[in-house]
Amino acid sequence: MTTNKPLFTIGVTGLNAIDSPGPGVAVIRGLREAASFNCRIIGLSYESLEPGIYMHDIVDKTYQIPYPSAGTEVLMSRLEYIHEKEKLDVIIPNFDAELYSFIKLESRLLSMGIHTFLPRMDQFEERHKVNLNDFGKKYQIKVPRSKAIYNVNEAQQLEKDYDWPLVVKGKYYDAILAYNFDQLRAAYNKISAKWGLPIIIQEFIHGTEYNVTGLGDGQGNTIAAVPMRKQYITDKGKAWGGISIADSQALALTDHFLKSTQWRGGFELELMKDKNGDYYLLEINPRMPAWIYLAVGAGQNIPEALVRLAMGWPCPAFNGYKVGKMFVRYAWDMIVDIAEFEQISTTGEL
Amino acid sequence: MKIKSNIAVSDNGFVFNPASGESFMVNPVGLGMLNMMRKGQSQEQIVAAIQEDYRAEAMTIERDLLDFVEMMRQYRLLQYDDE
Repeated sequence: MTTNKPLFTIGVTGLNAIDSPGPGVAVIRGLREAASFNCRIIGLSYESLEPGIYMHDIVDKTYQIPYPSAGTEVLMSRLEYIHEKEKLDVIIPNFDAELYSFIKLESRLLSMGIHTFLPRMDQFEERHKVNLNDFGKKYQIKVPRSKAIYNVNEAQQLEKDYDWPLVVKGKYYDAILAYNFDQLRAAYNKISAKWGLPIIIQEFIHGTEYNVTGLGDGQGNTIAAVPMRKQYITDKGKAWGGISIADSQALALTDHFLKSTQWRGGFELELMKDKNGDYYLLEINPRMPAWIYLAVGAGQNIPEALVRLAMGWPCPAFNGYKVGKMFVRYAWDMIVDIAEFEQISTTGEL
Repeated sequence: MKIKSNIAVSDNGFVFNPASGESFMVNPVGLGMLNMMRKGQSQEQIVAAIQEDYRAEAMTIERDLLDFVEMMRQYRLLQYDDE
């Protein structure tokens, strides 16, 4: 019975369902299961081999878009072209690195009739890894001590204050554990070559890692929140399996985060629980995570709720979720005709 | 020796802690001990009940029970007064 539901055309990025996956395919699965609307999915890709491009039961049509480094005007021009053809209702960007551009373009997109539901620029900036210490102080949330460095020798001074090991982090992605200065130098060089400077050196908190994904309405209310414990972790530190848990402390911390920051949009909190049972906030990812479909399976369709908020529809908070729901990721080889690869590579559309 | 009330234990001996997401398997003797502990039975009652089903000395059963309890404490499956 789908006749009375409106049809939304939704642009989604993050179609790279690889070993360090973007959230796009999982977000789309949630959207496809939405109870309150039907959707036509427009994939927005950066590379020709992002698997989502070729998943035709997931993505209806894909357009390549320019990398964030090309600037917002180039992106805007491409989105105008796509909108002219597809009449987009909503765009859901799923990469940290592209959010800056989409937040800047938010009002211009809205004037074209394209809705988004993104964090405000100040929220996006203050939760940045580089600013995590100040963020913790401002909102009274425990965070590991960290310092942004622009020269690897600056890390030598940190040895006085921090114990080994130290976590070496890129400004957008990647984290490597270093047990001595040689390892730290190698990690610094590897990550800075890929993601640029600064590099964040963070105190390592021994404990168990938990993650919470959720959705804030921008008014301080928790619309959705599902905590997860990783059960199977890849060599890149990504969850390949996880389970929803009933952790009242993690949920209380999430409520506090949303209430105090008035967070707007989807998010993922990366938390570490130390041996004393204290939670440390390691990172705030300003978008839905790749494991967002677990939240859908546990009873909170966060992608659907995000679209409802973007469209200005009422969106009541979810009331609970199923504990003990697991996700087990898998790899699947699709057979693709070279004509499709040729088309996306040459025309930027498929 | 009180098990946390939210711990789920299946008939097969699969133990799930919903607060941490951890799961464990216990053997039939462990399952028997766990279920008796959940019912609030004392150490003496549990040792006596196990002795009825298995040919073992009370001292051996008691030692195994204490080891088992210590293991559950380490895995944070026990309820303490301050929790």
